[in-house]
Amino acid sequence: MDDTTFLLNGEPRSLAAADPNQSLLRWLRGLRLTGTKEGCGDGDCGACTVALLEPAGPHWRAVNACLLPLGALPGREVWTVEGLASGDRLHPVQQALVDTAGSQCGYCTPGFVMSLAVAHAEGELAGHGCDAAIEGNLCRCTGYRPIRKAAQRLAAEPVAEDGLARRRQGPAAPLAGACLGAFESPTTLADALAAKVARPQAQWIAGATDVGVALSRGERPAGGSIALDRIAELQVLEIGADAVRIGAGVPLARLERELAGVFPALDDLLPWFAARQVKNRATLGGNLGSASPIGDLLPWLLALDAVIELAGPGGRRVQPADGYILGYRKTARQDEELVVAVRVPRHGGIEAGYKVAKRQADDISIVAAVYRIELDDARRVRLARLAYGGVAATPVRARAVEDLLLGREWNADTIETAAQSLEAAFTPLDDHRASAAYRRALCGELFRRFAEERVQRAGGAFLSAKDAKNAKEAS
Amino acid sequence: MKHESARGHVTGSAIYTDEQRVPERVLRLYPVQAKLAHARILGIDASAALAMPGVLHVLTARDVPGVNDTGPILHDEPLIPADEVSYHGQALAWVVAEDEEIARRAAARVRVELEPLPAILSIDAAIAAQRFHLPPSRIVHGDVDAALSAAPHRLSGEVRSGAQDHFYLETHSSWAYVDVDGLVQVTSSTQHPSETQATVAHVLGLPANRVVCRCLRMGGGFGGKETQANAFAALAALAATLTGRPAGIQLPRSLDMQLTGKRHPFLGRFEVGFDDDGRLLGLRADLVSDGGWSCDLSPPVLLRALVHIDNAYHYPAAEITGRIAKTHLPSNTAFRGFGGPQGMLIGEEILDRVARHLGLPPHLVRERNFYAEGQLTPYGQPVDDSEIRPVWDEVRRLAGFDMRWTERAAFNAASTDRKRGLAITPVKFGISFNKTEYNQAGALVHLYTDGSVQLNHGGTEMGQGLHTKMIVVAARSLGIDPARIRVMPTATDKVPNTSATAASSGADMNGQAVRAACETLKARLADVAAARLACAATDIEFADDQARFAGDPARAIGFVDLVRAAYAARVSLSATGYYRTPVIHWDPVALRGHPFYYFAYGAAVAEVEVDGRTGVHRLLRVDIVHDVGHSLAEAIDLGQIEGGFVQGLGWLSCEEVVHGQDGRLLTDAPSTYKIPTVKDVPEAFSVHLHERTKAPRAQVIGGSKAVGEPPLMLALAVREALRDAVAAFGQGGAVELASPATPEAIYRAIRQAQGRPLS
Repeated sequence: MDDTTFLLNGEPRSLAAADPNQSLLRWLRGLRLTGTKEGCGDGDCGACTVALLEPAGPHWRAVNACLLPLGALPGREVWTVEGLASGDRLHPVQQALVDTAGSQCGYCTPGFVMSLAVAHAEGELAGHGCDAAIEGNLCRCTGYRPIRKAAQRLAAEPVAEDGLARRRQGPAAPLAGACLGAFESPTTLADALAAKVARPQAQWIAGATDVGVALSRGERPAGGSIALDRIAELQVLEIGADAVRIGAGVPLARLERELAGVFPALDDLLPWFAARQVKNRATLGGNLGSASPIGDLLPWLLALDAVIELAGPGGRRVQPADGYILGYRKTARQDEELVVAVRVPRHGGIEAGYKVAKRQADDISIVAAVYRIELDDARRVRLARLAYGGVAATPVRARAVEDLLLGREWNADTIETAAQSLEAAFTPLDDHRASAAYRRALCGELFRRFAEERVQRAGGAFLSAKDAKNAKEAS
Repeated sequence: MKHESARGHVTGSAIYTDEQRVPERVLRLYPVQAKLAHARILGIDASAALAMPGVLHVLTARDVPGVNDTGPILHDEPLIPADEVSYHGQALAWVVAEDEEIARRAAARVRVELEPLPAILSIDAAIAAQRFHLPPSRIVHGDVDAALSAAPHRLSGEVRSGAQDHFYLETHSSWAYVDVDGLVQVTSSTQHPSETQATVAHVLGLPANRVVCRCLRMGGGFGGKETQANAFAALAALAATLTGRPAGIQLPRSLDMQLTGKRHPFLGRFEVGFDDDGRLLGLRADLVSDGGWSCDLSPPVLLRALVHIDNAYHYPAAEITGRIAKTHLPSNTAFRGFGGPQGMLIGEEILDRVARHLGLPPHLVRERNFYAEGQLTPYGQPVDDSEIRPVWDEVRRLAGFDMRWTERAAFNAASTDRKRGLAITPVKFGISFNKTEYNQAGALVHLYTDGSVQLNHGGTEMGQGLHTKMIVVAARSLGIDPARIRVMPTATDKVPNTSATAASSGADMNGQAVRAACETLKARLADVAAARLACAATDIEFADDQARFAGDPARAIGFVDLVRAAYAARVSLSATGYYRTPVIHWDPVALRGHPFYYFAYGAAVAEVEVDGRTGVHRLLRVDIVHDVGHSLAEAIDLGQIEGGFVQGLGWLSCEEVVHGQDGRLLTDAPSTYKIPTVKDVPEAFSVHLHERTKAPRAQVIGGSKAVGEPPLMLALAVREALRDAVAAFGQGGAVELASPATPEAIYRAIRQAQGRPLS
């Protein structure tokens, strides 16, 4: 294996002659490996789902091949639908889908097969895992019931002795650095920063779930790319007593697993945040780097007074999340700087996250809201953070209403006054997702819901985040 | 019986249009799109594009050697427009290049000069401008004026339904080449190979016998590939003809959504008369669909809406008028249900409003108005062999509806900001193409001397399991193991002059044609068997892979031996089969007759919980009973019911097609256009095939009934359940709920019901 090779279904494949910006999907189909389908090319349908080995563990992760540029692949391992059956004997996942009549037109089927094969191999189908495993796969024919049934059957079956399982028991070798054309994958922060100094026009790529859409549509970065997904320092996730430090390169799926129960608002939001395949690649650093206005985690960072750690050629600095985003896709990060990590304090008080979208699962928010309230012993508001997404060009705090709440007794009048003020706090736009009037109404209604569901049921007293979570579970 | 391609599907080895192995590189086409919804084309300058390496040609209207038209009914749809832009995103030219990447970049370099013209971008704007395709269509039944004026109660209202993108997972795909004999060979993801063949032929100015169209399988169709594949096939064929090389199109998702038509949006206005018990006395309804820029299939879609507004309910008098708005939007087209869902949505809206006006439970008013056996529809067809009531009673019992009706009231009394809604709705759906001539089908069956069978029929496979059902039909008829039978790709040189695989008719019609071919072969084989077994041919029965004497099953000859014996005896082992649907007739002027061979029936119960603070709802439980007669393949029929229901659920809830003020489609990707995911489908989702006490009276293949479209309309139970929940937030009276019932639409309806509308 040379340094432009990757393993496809266990076999080495050279990418030496490949365009690093081409998607894995198009490359596979060009080789007549047409089992992997293109349903959208945007990472929203899952028809191109393949398994990608995450070296830590190692673990298999379902990802969208349409969003994965070839440049990210040297040294990696990928499994596709063609690699599952052994001769005439179907893989248990395939057999289950045949038995439950889980395919009709068949075009989405290989994507479901791969999502389920990964979830099965990783033991993730228990509990609510069946739906979670296939939430990022669209099917237009079956109505999902037979596919869900296949998943539930698999959940009760032992893991298949297949290529995925064998590799998973193998060594957890970290990825070496790679370079395919102008697509560079350094392994240290210092190398990444140096590469950017050497090629100032190059673009940073984290999980490629945003950039990958542009690449998939044929856009080409003029100055090449510097990928950040092999830098160990960005993969750190430190859960301290007072704060959690989230490495910028930690995929959201890892946050969902490893931070479960730590931040109530994060628990509220992550199940509805993007598809499984996207969560397996997308990162908090990427969200902050691209500063896409639709990122649902940015209001969370605002509400929790998070601090962003940046590194540049001139050294490191910290920047409060509040003040980081300056405008539409404009941030306080200099182009040559990288987001290294985000420090999120673990506060007392009551916090919750809400999201309303046209479709609740895997859709861009109409309005997202994250609230954090602390009350003193006299039930007066000691602190209020009311952060919103979807109501302005950037995620934003309703500062005037936060100020209005400060010192007031937490009672029905206060809640209603605040809710009505929130309805008038922003001037959102009409767009294809919703009207401005509905968005304004949601700003108040979600706050009322928060007051009813979280604060009142928590007794309205000062509570730690942990107590609030217990109260939530008890309700 | 599993889907015949199930193993191919799960292993990824089932091949679709764009995946065939072709010895030569296939050229790719990419469109140059208009950035205005309505404009005069002043000039197209492709010189910069043509100068790029890898670009072979830029197709414009001038390149069309034959007729520059793809309209299936009216000839109003230029393949490539010559002088006028009719919708935003319309393709004004197509770059032909070595690959898609080059073609796309070249398309960006084609300069188009346009002079803007005023655009009509909604049904309302078209009505204001009196801009319609064709004169109005009107069904008149009884004296409506008299019925309405004599009615103790009268209500009028308005309801709108939204468009729906087909979102087949495989986008439009076609490729073509000219073979060494000069035949144009087309492979297309089309539901209607014969029409695709005809369109390609007349665009190229060739007789039909110079064009062959094949369809391997589709990655979903749902009506979206009934007519709209024709243009892409014709473009590929045109490019192949001009360059002498294979050429093809597989549309990227956004182009597919921008260029192709959707389910027709409808505006319905109605006036209904009824008595104190909610019995319907008369209906005057005025429907306007958005046809888009060209006619396409809008007239029959409108007609099906007009003849389904009644759904399962008897109107003693009715006058139902329909018009097709002519707008500057993509041309709307067939979509599962074909206008039926839009008509029935209005019909169910009326029933609910009548019930709420009288303060009666909607299910009570619904069942009071069911057709009695033999009563006439507004278009004059008697409703006989009706299963409405049995299906309704069965699902009501299985769902525990009556107990849950009380429970939901108790829940709502105790909950202020979350309310539950429960509803039961019926489906009665007419089976047959409204246009009588489409109701015919053909098949071609070959037996080979090793006992294997090739089965050709005129229907296309889009996931619905038609090929599987045809194997069942042939295997039953010939008494052989289904494993002997191979269904061939649908091809116009095997079975000619076919109808679209549409109108839920695929299995009914092609099944009878397949059976007819098999029966012909069987009669020939019976003679051979009779000679061998020394009995009369009429005493030969075919079963278990053999032919045997009915009086003594031990006297038998195996199927392979029999076929060999027939060959040796110089008996033809190939036969065609043909079928035309009996009984049906239709007067296209008076809009009266007996257009449907029979009706399909089903009923659904749905329960939802609505969050009054946000308008977000959860679908808690769904119960369905649907009548498929004697199923040819139960797993496939269940799949059609479940899948149809969820597709209807999407149309009625989360799927919203939105255009900008300039006519540009704003929802042209799955990031902005949301079809249901697994999380939208309740765990409590129970589907039962109706247990019939008697066989259907219509002589459908194997005693089965069509199942492709009717279940989509079962999802109206969800819309009515949402309305029931919204009503619980208010003080009674009509519930005005927009469709699709997005969270915003539901929230607005709640605010309206509470008397504090959102401005």
